Amino acid sequence: MTQISVRVDGADYSDDVEPRTLLVHYLREQLGKVGTVVGCDTSNCGACTVHLDGEAVKSCTVFAVQADGSEVTTIEGISSNGTLHPMQKAFHEMHGLQCGFCTPGMIMASIDLVNDNPDPSEDEVREGIEGNLCRCTGYQNIVRAVQQAAGEMHGRTDAADTLGAQS
Amino acid sequence: MTLVEEPTTADAPQKEIGKARRRKEDARLITGKTTWTDNMVLPGMLHLAVVRSPVAHAKITNVDVSAAQQSPNVIAVFTGQDFKDEQGSIPCAWPVTPDMVNPGHPSVAVDEVNHVGEAVAVIVARSKTAAQDAVELVDVDYDLLPVVLDMEEATAQNPSLCHDHLESNESFNFVFDAGEAGTGADTEQAFADAEVVVSRRFVQQRLIPAFMEPRSVVVQPQGDNYTLWSSTQIPHILRVMLAMVTGVPEHKLRVIAPDVGGGFGGKLQVTPEEVLCLLVARRLGKPVKWTETRSESLMSAHHGRDQIQYIDIAADREGNLKGLRCRILSDMGAYLRLVSPGVPVLGAFMYVGIYKFPAYRFDCRGIFTNKVPTDAYRGAGRPEATFAIERIMDELAVELGMDPLELRRKNWINAEEFPFTTAAGLEYDSGDYEQATQQALELLGYDELRAEQQRRRESGDPVQLGIGISTFTEMCGLAPSRVLGSLSYGAGGWENASIRMLPTGKVEVVTGSTPHGQGHETAWSQLVADSLGVPFEDVEVLHGDTAISTRGMDTYGSRSLVVGGAAVMKAADKVLAKARRVAAHLLEANEDDLDFANGSFSVRGTPGTGLSIQEIALATFAAHNFPEGMEPSIDGEATFDPVNFSYPHGTHLCAMEVDTETGMVTIRKYASVDDIGVVVNPLIVEGQMHGGLAQGIAQALYEEAVYDADGNLTTGTFVDYLVPSAADLPHFDTGNTVHAAPGNPIGAKGVGEAGCIASTPAVVNAALDAVRHLGVSDILMPLTPERVWRAIHQGGDGGGRATAGTNAYGGAQTETTAGVATDASSLGGDR
Amino acid sequence: MIPAPFAYARPSTIDEALQAVATGGEDVKILAGGQSLIPVMRLRLAAPETVVDLTKVAELRGVREEGDAIVVGAMTTHSDVLSDPLIARYAPLIAEATETVADRQVRHRGTFGGALAHADPAGDLPAVALALDAEFVIAGLSGRRTVPAAEFFVDYLTTALEEGELLVEIRVPKREGWAMHYEKFNRVAQAWSIVAVAAAVRMEGGRIAEARIGLTNMGPTPLRASAVEAALAGADATAEAIAAAAEHAGEGTSPSSDLNAQADYRQHLATVLTRRAVSAACGL
Repeated sequence: MTQISVRVDGADYSDDVEPRTLLVHYLREQLGKVGTVVGCDTSNCGACTVHLDGEAVKSCTVFAVQADGSEVTTIEGISSNGTLHPMQKAFHEMHGLQCGFCTPGMIMASIDLVNDNPDPSEDEVREGIEGNLCRCTGYQNIVRAVQQAAGEMHGRTDAADTLGAQS
Repeated sequence: MTLVEEPTTADAPQKEIGKARRRKEDARLITGKTTWTDNMVLPGMLHLAVVRSPVAHAKITNVDVSAAQQSPNVIAVFTGQDFKDEQGSIPCAWPVTPDMVNPGHPSVAVDEVNHVGEAVAVIVARSKTAAQDAVELVDVDYDLLPVVLDMEEATAQNPSLCHDHLESNESFNFVFDAGEAGTGADTEQAFADAEVVVSRRFVQQRLIPAFMEPRSVVVQPQGDNYTLWSSTQIPHILRVMLAMVTGVPEHKLRVIAPDVGGGFGGKLQVTPEEVLCLLVARRLGKPVKWTETRSESLMSAHHGRDQIQYIDIAADREGNLKGLRCRILSDMGAYLRLVSPGVPVLGAFMYVGIYKFPAYRFDCRGIFTNKVPTDAYRGAGRPEATFAIERIMDELAVELGMDPLELRRKNWINAEEFPFTTAAGLEYDSGDYEQATQQALELLGYDELRAEQQRRRESGDPVQLGIGISTFTEMCGLAPSRVLGSLSYGAGGWENASIRMLPTGKVEVVTGSTPHGQGHETAWSQLVADSLGVPFEDVEVLHGDTAISTRGMDTYGSRSLVVGGAAVMKAADKVLAKARRVAAHLLEANEDDLDFANGSFSVRGTPGTGLSIQEIALATFAAHNFPEGMEPSIDGEATFDPVNFSYPHGTHLCAMEVDTETGMVTIRKYASVDDIGVVVNPLIVEGQMHGGLAQGIAQALYEEAVYDADGNLTTGTFVDYLVPSAADLPHFDTGNTVHAAPGNPIGAKGVGEAGCIASTPAVVNAALDAVRHLGVSDILMPLTPERVWRAIHQGGDGGGRATAGTNAYGGAQTETTAGVATDASSLGGDR
Repeated sequence: MIPAPFAYARPSTIDEALQAVATGGEDVKILAGGQSLIPVMRLRLAAPETVVDLTKVAELRGVREEGDAIVVGAMTTHSDVLSDPLIARYAPLIAEATETVADRQVRHRGTFGGALAHADPAGDLPAVALALDAEFVIAGLSGRRTVPAAEFFVDYLTTALEEGELLVEIRVPKREGWAMHYEKFNRVAQAWSIVAVAAAVRMEGGRIAEARIGLTNMGPTPLRASAVEAALAGADATAEAIAAAAEHAGEGTSPSSDLNAQADYRQHLATVLTRRAVSAACGL
């Protein structure tokens, strides 16, 4: 067992973990942060994406011991005082989710993308979320959502295309 | 001054049906406040890990669990010997022929294994980690048997046998002959008389549903009662089947499907692991949990498709269709699961597509191979049928020198001919194929793209352009119970709903149709808001728990709105009928003199007499002043059983660029116009279309479950089983025409499978259209760049793929042997 | 899946790291970014006794200028590489290839040195290092040695790194004014290369004075397309000349056959992609 201190979604934790404990299992099983999920074994699906010191990482491909001294933000830590993060709001508005299993990782990866690229084109969004698999949506409404959120996060009002019933 | 509100009764509130309501479900899903089965923790809960066979076909000669039992924190280890007397067989609910051969399907292998990934032992430990650590300590001795993998070899002379105690590898032979059924002319005669016959062999590769949430099961025993949570599409069917398989009485078993992360048919199953969790919980009297890894999921959850189709089409020189003959080999895998044999039968009546064939014959043999069983995957039978007919129509057009669209137009059912009974005996309900096609052509920019195609051909551009057409229909709304009965399915196809009017005027809707991403909570709220005139927000939809939603047939086959939504409408009718009686009593009027609008009853011609449904609900709760002889309840329950399927249709067009130097194909543009009847929520409909398109395109271009010569699944991780990302899929241009379905009170036809069914042939036809002038007439799916390149430069259909997995991660595909010790890789570094 | 148990060391200096590797027992794995090692451990294809995590070794991270070379610390992440001005100026090929590695989450953790030491033939950076004539600085308890790229990649997943040694930095000769392009071919966005070609050319007037071509996934190690380089040297930078030279790209290669491509198709791809890479570098 190794002792680690981690700040997760604004709260400090000190815990003993086995070195082999993956960050995502620490979050889910020791902290009860079950909003972050596991979808694969090979770092392909991105469902487990969280922010580690501000950068999106796949928490199934980081050991919990590696997060010692770091700050982790999960899907459960991005809305404040009951106000949704613009990315969460946009996923809802643009119908960027169906079953919702990929959604936490997709939202965390998308925020990371928009932090780097405040006004991504459709192709840039598609490339930017290449590390996150969704089986339900065909991605089109996710792309719209990310573009709309990018507009809101960076103070533009002309964001994205408005959602037609059919496009 | 006092603000006096304008009376709103004059302006009817906007109808909910047709409104792009944002989904109610999203609130929990976008914030991580979800209830996936794997989230669940119960006091004293034990964790299961499954030891799986690394070989495809063998007798088990010995299982040594002693080392695993000694492993830290391991509570118990069970093998097939421990459960052989109580595990029964995984049920097959669809004996498609009276003489269908079913070898039986143990949840944990007893004497033999028949596919890689079959369970051979179960570890029960205090933690998931401890359970997984012990997996590799179980020592199983296998006496290897010949492996049957190829259906054509399996049905040739003297084949090796998948099950050595059976006489052959054939499970069943299902035949539908229009001549014999009286729905068409004699097929053999039609072919004998035909001027033109085109024959092709198409391969529907094996696919994996690959829902994003790995399956998970939790069982809690309470005395002799059990509650089972599962990531399933079918809690109701699962309860019945588990009771029948394990002997736990049905009334002692409660099944709950909490938030479920996608299914696509892949969670339409009674799984070995669900049975095992129940058996272990019963044996130990402790709560247990099993959650699969992705590798386990790809290797052991049921697969889909996997057919070889021999298709013959007959026509005259003018392009008038004369007959269609389909011989199908359908790979069942090693066992029959819930509806394995029924999948090709669901397609049996759809091969004629939208065309007026005078003669039709369908002959399907279900074949056993030493692979994981196949079963439902989005579309189930209908994508295979649609692919075959839409591909062979293009081949016939080439043979006749006709434009493929003209050939279709010449033979499809015209709008004025509905309802139309096809040679397969189905009565198509409504539609207008011409209208959808015209709209799709405009959406694609067809003429411009054809002109560009011509330019590229003339200039010998290394990147060629093709346009693929798929004009399709499907049967949805599974299903009329009597039709299912005539096809020997083990259950009905009705759906149940009930509506409870709460004292405060809020409404609970209980549906038997269990969602896993489709948005039932939102759409059902819209239905009820319109029917009862209550606010959308005041409706709560309950589902997925057999103790709450006591009757149901669950979600698959694009049935939820068409059957389940119809049940909700029927239940609302019953609520209104009762409320009307109460209203008449309270308003001291005759029921026939009451109008109901915007949630209120009023006496016709007497303004100001309104009594809202909420007021009636409260009056019912009090029951102080109630009609004589009437029970104090206005709740309604209904079970809807459709009399016919519904038949969505559409025209899908794909423009495809083919790099002739590398074989890489890239979708330039995709346009589709679908008629799914009345649309309740256009936002949800559009999402369903997009998702279906993605999966149908993925079959054409990316996905295939590949086994090597020993029967190992080499696409055992997402490294090699290619689920496309956003960067790998195009933008979709989608549209609708609306012809209401006459068979249900909503007029909806079903949308869940349409995109997946229609798109695959459109994509393949597009690629072929781009390179046909180079001598290519077929390319196997998925259209890997290598296959496309070989077809262009070496002829043929692109040929088989090497079966080795990629060397990524130093050979991650060897994970298919998970459960046995593998050589540690020689990795030195890192990505 | 959960990895098998292991002992964990997290040194903060190179010396500590070497000590940890030396005392870690029989089977020690060095954890750089972990983006290949951790999946392999989860699949239990690797079950090391000890994992030595270099994440906190600050001196291994960053890019600096040293005479006629830039020096990339082995633990510099792919993301750091992408935003580094020295790489952009002197070795843009590295950035171009790095951008194609996996996805943004993986690039945040994965490292330049880790990718090279892993020596995955389908990985993108080994062929780039080879094309650019990079040198590998290797530290051991007995001191440091430098190995040229041509000698670093020994076999499938095998490098010149001996037991107990660490790759600490990679020296890349400055090639200001060279034109470069990385041409990658894969089926889905986040996948490994089926084949890729790293091209760097030095132009003089309208001619190619010098060309360096690295091939990804055309054998158990990255390869130089020497015959192509020879044919390009002194050739006119025309489509015809480049195409003729690229025809040699398959020579001396021994690619594997897998789901995505059989060997003969990979050799064909190498010629097409080489032509495209060189043409793009030449601005054609």
